[in-house]
Amino acid sequence: MALSDSLVAMTQTTPPPADPPAADSTGTRILVELEDVNKHFGSFQALTDINLTIPERQVAIVLGPSGSGKSTLCRTINRLETIDPGGTIRIDGRPLPEEGKALARLRADVGMVFQSFNLFAHKSILENVTLGPIKVKGVKKAQAEKDAMELLERVGVAQQARKMPAQLSGGQQQRVAIARALAMKPKVLLFDEPTSALDPEMVQEVLDVMVQLAREGMTMVVVTHEMGFARKAGDRVLFMDEGKVLEDTDPESFFTRPQHPRAKDFLGKILTH
Amino acid sequence: MNGFLELFAEYDIIGAFWMNIRLTILAAIGSFVLGTVLAVFRISPVGSLRAIGTSYVNVVRNTPLTIIMVLGVLAVWGQLKITFSSDFALNFFIYAVIALSIYHAAFVCEAIRSGVNTVPQGQAEAARAIGLSFLPAARVVVLPQALRGAITPLGNTLIALTKNTTVAAAASVAEASGLMKTMIEFNPDLMVSIFLTIAIGFCIIVIPMGLLTTWLSDKLAVAR
Ligand SMILES: Nc1ncnc2c1ncn2[C@@H]1O[C@H](COP(=O)(O)OP(=O)(O)OP(=O)(O)O)[C@@H](O)[C@H]1O
Ligand SMILES: [Mg+2]
Repeated sequence: MALSDSLVAMTQTTPPPADPPAADSTGTRILVELEDVNKHFGSFQALTDINLTIPERQVAIVLGPSGSGKSTLCRTINRLETIDPGGTIRIDGRPLPEEGKALARLRADVGMVFQSFNLFAHKSILENVTLGPIKVKGVKKAQAEKDAMELLERVGVAQQARKMPAQLSGGQQQRVAIARALAMKPKVLLFDEPTSALDPEMVQEVLDVMVQLAREGMTMVVVTHEMGFARKAGDRVLFMDEGKVLEDTDPESFFTRPQHPRAKDFLGKILTH
Repeated sequence: MNGFLELFAEYDIIGAFWMNIRLTILAAIGSFVLGTVLAVFRISPVGSLRAIGTSYVNVVRNTPLTIIMVLGVLAVWGQLKITFSSDFALNFFIYAVIALSIYHAAFVCEAIRSGVNTVPQGQAEAARAIGLSFLPAARVVVLPQALRGAITPLGNTLIALTKNTTVAAAASVAEASGLMKTMIEFNPDLMVSIFLTIAIGFCIIVIPMGLLTTWLSDKLAVAR
């Protein structure tokens, strides 16, 4: 796969914002910040008191049993789900706006890759990648197509640019979805089980792209059960259960010395598979 | 068949059908535009717009077309004295087009909404995730796919509209069914042939619509 060139260097040409971005005590820029985030679906509480910060260039792996709130957490970060009043989510220091144009603009800074790819079914591969830059950022069509072809080249699907999504394999579609997200030059990329819907032989080609992104310093939040990827590319593991973050540590410690009984239980189940 | 062929010389049957066709074309455009706007209302995140869309559909869909047509003429022309043209025939023609558009917009709206239901939720979420706000996401991603999924019900609405143009007779528009009544009145012995002529005329207009609908809906189907 032609991933040798820098994916991120190409996509992150936006200068940092004029107002000084949030930073932690060591001076690292904080890109995602969740403060007292709760989320109810009716009377059911899907997220409870989430407080976490994700600095620039970090790859955070989110793990947990089914129904623990991993997808909900991801979806609140770009506000596909609203959160309960009282909580705050900031992206690069700026709180997520309520609705409308301002929200749309901030959302463009947070890329999302879905389990089911969700490529626009009526648009060609190339159009899938150029749509955002043209419609949201006002990039000229010729320029957008040139950028898109470079991205498609790098995720290894440039040959398919004129095809429709349904003509591609799952692995190819997911790599297009990553290119589509990168085309918006996002500050953070969210992945919600990006390889769970794939046939086993296609998982690696998608993980390769993600490892490459991680190496190049893309800030990522990745919900995945791919332990190999977590150990190889992850800087941090967030273990969730029943809507709470129960463990927050580095991958090596988590896999070798899980602290919480639920985490031990969870690891026991997935490692015996 | 004595005298049957003379009917074609005596009455402008083709012209009357041409009136139905003109009513159909203009009301199809009118109801499509209004129906699309209503469908966007019904899927919008703004509660008051959704309420407007829902009320419109429920009121208009459950009102007989004849009443909308007659109400247009009696209330708008008779009471409010609103006229669109000093030409008497043209004026009633415009009433009929508006009444037909208002009525069928409710069905177009529901057809498009059923099309929206064929579009997976993930399509709209992906559109929002790349930073499109509601209207561009609806226009660029959701509606184009919804329309392809709505071709069959839209085609059915168009066929119903074509036949419903006969109700324009209630607004004194000289169209085929009105002419049929006149012809039968003066040629009662030819009643069956006259009736069949008009029925066949409508079949000739409507059958291609059905074929076109089936063909389009296969051709434009979104592969997933
Ligand atoms: N739209 C919704 N309405 C009601 N309940 C919901 C909704 N979305 C999620 N939930 C509930 O919230 C909880 C967390 O769901 P979520 O999808 O975040 O879990 P998850 O950790 O991603 O699970 P999985 O591994 O199965 O994807 C679940 O119990 C789910 O049933
Ligand atoms: Mg999930």
